[in-house]
Amino acid sequence: MIIDLQRFIATGRPFWSNLEKLLDRLEAEPDLRMSLGQLQTFHQLYERTAADLAKITTFSSEPETRRYLENLVARAYGEIHETREKQRRFFPLEWFFETLPQTFRRHIRAFYLSLVITVAGCAFGGLAMAFDPDSKPVLMPFSHLLQDPRKRVAEEEKATKDRLAGEKTTFSAELMTHNTQISILTLALGMTWGLGTIIMLFYNGVILGAVAADYIHAGETKFLLGWLMPHGVIEIPAILIAGQAGLMLAFAVIGHGSRFPLRTRLRAISSDVVTLIFGVGLMLVWAGFIEAFLSQYHEPVIPYAAKIAFGCVELILLFLFYAKSGSSKGLNSKEAGE
Amino acid sequence: MKTTTLFIRTPEGIVFSQLLAGPVTRCFAWFIDQLCIQAAMSIAGIVLALLEVINCNFAVALYVLAYFVISIGYGIFFEWNWRGQTIGKRLFRLRVMDAQGMRLQFNQIVVRNLLRFVDALPVFYFVGGLACWLNSKCQRLGDIAANTIVIRTPRIVEPDLDQLLAGKFNSLRQFPHLAARLRQTASAGEADMALQALLRRDEFDPNARVELFGELAAHFQAKVEFPAEATDGVADEQYLRNVVDVIYRTHAEKQTKN
Repeated sequence: MIIDLQRFIATGRPFWSNLEKLLDRLEAEPDLRMSLGQLQTFHQLYERTAADLAKITTFSSEPETRRYLENLVARAYGEIHETREKQRRFFPLEWFFETLPQTFRRHIRAFYLSLVITVAGCAFGGLAMAFDPDSKPVLMPFSHLLQDPRKRVAEEEKATKDRLAGEKTTFSAELMTHNTQISILTLALGMTWGLGTIIMLFYNGVILGAVAADYIHAGETKFLLGWLMPHGVIEIPAILIAGQAGLMLAFAVIGHGSRFPLRTRLRAISSDVVTLIFGVGLMLVWAGFIEAFLSQYHEPVIPYAAKIAFGCVELILLFLFYAKSGSSKGLNSKEAGE
Repeated sequence: MKTTTLFIRTPEGIVFSQLLAGPVTRCFAWFIDQLCIQAAMSIAGIVLALLEVINCNFAVALYVLAYFVISIGYGIFFEWNWRGQTIGKRLFRLRVMDAQGMRLQFNQIVVRNLLRFVDALPVFYFVGGLACWLNSKCQRLGDIAANTIVIRTPRIVEPDLDQLLAGKFNSLRQFPHLAARLRQTASAGEADMALQALLRRDEFDPNARVELFGELAAHFQAKVEFPAEATDGVADEQYLRNVVDVIYRTHAEKQTKN
């Protein structure tokens, strides 16, 4: 087919310009709902432009026009053939009280697996400390944990000075950012078929188990609970949820028993992974705040019973939040589908 | 098979192509982005230094948080607001897009940016670079997880044809219907090959130059056969000039100006 290029461009330009304007508007206003008439016009413009692109594709002398039309068709194609739910305006409260807990429950099996791996790590760490106390320097990641628990408790309880005075906010910020980085890494390592995520969860479990065994063996269970519970009941589940997200990623990568291609499997979970990791971030902000401002203060400043009670209340609220929140509207259709 | 172009076929049968960005260009863009992050941190540092006068502890805490938020949020913020581009990507004319050509979603941007944590392992994006190098669509792990690709949109520069074709009579233009057919049948690659041969003609060895232009002229003569009066006595190199003139200069009046 031979085309008169000047005439071709002159005839097509009004349609291309209209399509471009419509696309600009759609991209600028994500909430825009077009009427049936507008949709028909949009579709006609897309088809017209796509046909023009087909005509000019082999026309070597007009690379710019071809690129321009390719760009238009690519943008319109994305709008017309997109089957995923259109992104709505973000409602933080709805997201927090409904989307997050519903997403958590929808992938509860990945959470259970994350929990099992961590518990296995705890058992390993605890047993290693019980049967081979010399392994302590290998198991404990921080130097202050190498100290004899009895000695540490005695020092903490005798302390007259606030060792975090003037540093609590910085300490809190460091805890928040460090723990969030670890959580994101735990999630991201899901791309290694889950091996990296499993190692991270297991290693966290080993440290937790070793510390717990060390303090329990030294008869400092009350101190341990008072020290760890206020922040740990939020921080540990947060890491578990990051592990849950990482394992979801791993399941999608492995795709065992799924007839869908990798990209479809990954696309199906990406929104849920993002929801969970933002939830983890919020939990770790709270945990970091509590760890710096409450967990590091012991008797006689704050009674252990009060700290343990605070931890228990947090744990119950957390449990209720993830188990019940967002389920009042009946089982969400997505939840029911799982 | 590894390719530099991704072709997307719409259900209507229309094919559009996207040029994939290679690891080196992406690395340069990333380097620029790192400089931007450092610049943002320097500005944050200056602002927070003022706050230090009031409360040092609070200022340091804000700095720690700011570094974390900026380093992670930079890519997410810009790619979402600039439709798949950061400052570095914009400078190098790169853009993140959905691998199937669909609308880029916020989740995809977050996932690809969070997975930098594993792509950056153990140092200098070794894992991501390796994945990019091995992957047919040049995707790092974050791109695979988010189902995104990074494309490049090079600026198309019009060649200076007046300098190349000045003052020469083009016998092929005497047959406008055949000239139009030549324009139509020559692919973009063939047209570019002919143009490059002319632009770089002085770089060739004389014998190789004669041989190359002979082959190219024969190739284009076989595509569209012009009558003898248009080709007789026209050297291969001049024939190729005429071909380039026909393909690239669609307005015959330009020639008459010369």
